[in-house]
Amino acid sequence: MPLLSVESLRMYYQVGRGFVKAVDGVSFNLGKGETLGIAGESGCGKSSLALTLLRILPSNARIIDGSVLLEERDILKMNEETLRKEIRWKRISIVFQGAMNALNPVFRVGDQIAEAILLHEDVTKEEAHRRARELLKLVGIPPSRADNYPHEFSGGMKQRVMIAMALACNPDIVIADEPTTALDVIVQAQILKLLKDLRAKLNLSLILITHDLSIISEICDKVAIMYAGKIMEYGSAYDIFKNPLHPYTQGLIAAIPSIRGPKKKLRSIPGTPPDLLNPPSGCPFHPRCPYADEICRQEPPPLVRLGRDRYVVCHKIEEGSA
Amino acid sequence: MPEALVRVVNLKKWFPLRKGFFSSLFGRELYVRAVDGITFEIRKGEIFGLAGESGSGKTTTGRLILRLIEPTEGEIYFEGTNITKLSSRELKPYRRRMQIIFQDPYESLNPRMTIYDIIAEPLRVHGIGENEEERLEIICKILESVQLIPPEEFLYRYPHELSGGQRQRVAIARALVLRPKFIVADEPISMLDMSIRAEMLNLMLNLKEQYGLTYLYITHDLATARYVCDRIAIMYLGKIVELGDIDDIMESPLHPYTRALLAAVPVPDPEIKIGEIPIKGEIPSPINIPPGCRFHPRCPFAKPICQKEEPEFKEIEPGHFIACHLYDSD
Repeated sequence: MPLLSVESLRMYYQVGRGFVKAVDGVSFNLGKGETLGIAGESGCGKSSLALTLLRILPSNARIIDGSVLLEERDILKMNEETLRKEIRWKRISIVFQGAMNALNPVFRVGDQIAEAILLHEDVTKEEAHRRARELLKLVGIPPSRADNYPHEFSGGMKQRVMIAMALACNPDIVIADEPTTALDVIVQAQILKLLKDLRAKLNLSLILITHDLSIISEICDKVAIMYAGKIMEYGSAYDIFKNPLHPYTQGLIAAIPSIRGPKKKLRSIPGTPPDLLNPPSGCPFHPRCPYADEICRQEPPPLVRLGRDRYVVCHKIEEGSA
Repeated sequence: MPEALVRVVNLKKWFPLRKGFFSSLFGRELYVRAVDGITFEIRKGEIFGLAGESGSGKTTTGRLILRLIEPTEGEIYFEGTNITKLSSRELKPYRRRMQIIFQDPYESLNPRMTIYDIIAEPLRVHGIGENEEERLEIICKILESVQLIPPEEFLYRYPHELSGGQRQRVAIARALVLRPKFIVADEPISMLDMSIRAEMLNLMLNLKEQYGLTYLYITHDLATARYVCDRIAIMYLGKIVELGDIDDIMESPLHPYTRALLAAVPVPDPEIKIGEIPIKGEIPSPINIPPGCRFHPRCPFAKPICQKEEPEFKEIEPGHFIACHLYDSD
C-alpha cells in the first residue's frame, strides 16, 4: 500500500470561455521515503497538480473527478476542517516556487517558523520557539540566527528557512515546487543535498516539481512526465532517462545539453506547448509528434501499463513492448 | 590565430551607492564594483561564453562592450578601433555593427508595436531602405531567416499574440536586421521552455554561419555554454578567474571556483550524481569585496598569500588564462 495514491485526478479552471484542463486524468503512487519528480514545461499543469493534492485552489478551480488517497483516506472527500487540522502541514506540506520571497520582512525568522507551529499544534510559545531553533539546525542554519530578519539571510538560506517551515509539523510528504529555480548553481546543489539528507534522516517522501530534467535525475526515484495536464510517461528515473518510450519524453531528453559525456547535436521538439483552454484533439502531443497518424489526431491515447510502476500514454506503444 | 573583433582592456564599472547620512559625514564613497578590471578578446567568428553566478558582472560586461553603459575605467576596442570615448554620433556606425538580444522576450519587445514596427525601427534609425516597400522586403527576409514563416502571418501581429519562442525570434530578427558583425546574447534562452531551447540555440548557430556573426554568449548555464561556445570566461565578483577553450575548461578546469561550479551542475543521467561541493557559502556582496583574491574566503585551498595579494590573470598554458595563487610558478 503506497503512502499516497492518486487516481484519474481531474481539475479544471473555469474561465469565461470554458474550462482550462490543467490536470486531466493524472495517476501515480508515492511510497514512504520515495521521491517522485514531476517534470514538464510551463503551463503543463504541474503546479496545479500540487495545489490540487492539498486542495489549496483558487475559487474558479473545479475538481472534476478522481481520488487522492493518503493511506486509504480520500483527501478530496474530506471537509475543510479535517484538511486544515489533520492533513495540511501535518501530513503533507508544500514549499512554493519562489517561496523564499514570501518570508515576512518585518518579523524575525524564528518567530515566523514558530508561528507556523503554533497555528497547527497545541504547544506553548516556548516549545514552538525551541522547535523552530531545532528546525533551523536541521536545515543547516545556526540556531542563533533565529533572531535575524529575512533581509539578513542570503537567497539559499531563505530557501532553507522555507524548507524548515515545511518540516515544522513533521509531515510525511513534502511537495517542493521548483525549489531551486531562482538559485545559482552552487546554492542549488547545496539545497538538493539538503533535501537528500532530510529524506534519509526523516524518511520523508518528496514530490519535486520542476522543468529541469537534470534536477529530477539528480534526486528522484520515480518520474512523471507531464504534458497538457496529463502524465504521458511514468516510471523509475533509470527507465525514463535510459529507455524513454513516449515521443515527448524522448524529445525532451534529446533537447537538453549536458556538461558530461560526448557532445551531441541537440534536437528540439517542433512547435510549442498547447493552449490548455483549447487542447488539440486526440493525443495532445500529436501536433508536435513525429510519429503521429490519424488515430493520434482523433482518439485520446490509452494508458499502457508496462509494469507496476511504469506506464506510457501513447497510441504507438503496445503492451509489453518495454 | 583569427584576429580579435572585440578587445577589452582593464575594463571597470563601479556603480556609486547612494550616500546615506553617515557615509556622507565620514566622506567614504561606497561602490558596487560590478566589473572590476577585466581583459579579454573575442575573436572574429567565434562564440565567446561569459559565465558566472548572479552578481558576477557578466551582464554589466555585455552592456559595457556595447557602450549601453559608460565604463568607469579601461578601454573597449571594436575591429581595432578604440570606441571607449566615442561620442554618440561617432558611435552610430558602430552601433549598427554590434547588437544585443536580451534575456526576457516578454519585456524586451514594445507591446504596443507590431512585429513590423519593431523590426522597422532600427532600419529607420539608421536610414536603411529607400522607402517602406524596400524595408518591408528586408523585414520579410529577416523573418524568414529566423524561421517565422510565412512572414506575412507575423508582420502585423503584436508581441502578446506570439509564444515566448516566437518573441525571442523577433528579438533576434530585430538585432539581425542591421546586419551586425557582433551580437551580445544575454541569457537568450533562460526564459524559454525546455523543449524549444535547443531549437533557439541551433538557430543561433545557423545564423552565425549564414551571416558570419560573432557572439558574446552570456549565461549561467554551463551545459548550454558547452554546447555553443568556442571559448569561455568564468567570472566571479567582477573579475575573470579563468578563460580558455571550452573543452579545456569543461574537462580540466584549474581554478577552484570553476571546479566547484562544474561539480555543482546536475547531469541528466540518474547514474551520475553531484559529488561533494568543495566550497561553502554564497557569493559575497560586490560592495564589500574581500581583500587579496576575492574568492579566498570560500576557497578550500586558500594560502596566506591569497588573503593579501590579488592574483595576477596570466596565461599558464597556451590560450588558458587563470587568476589563482595556486598556480604561481615559484
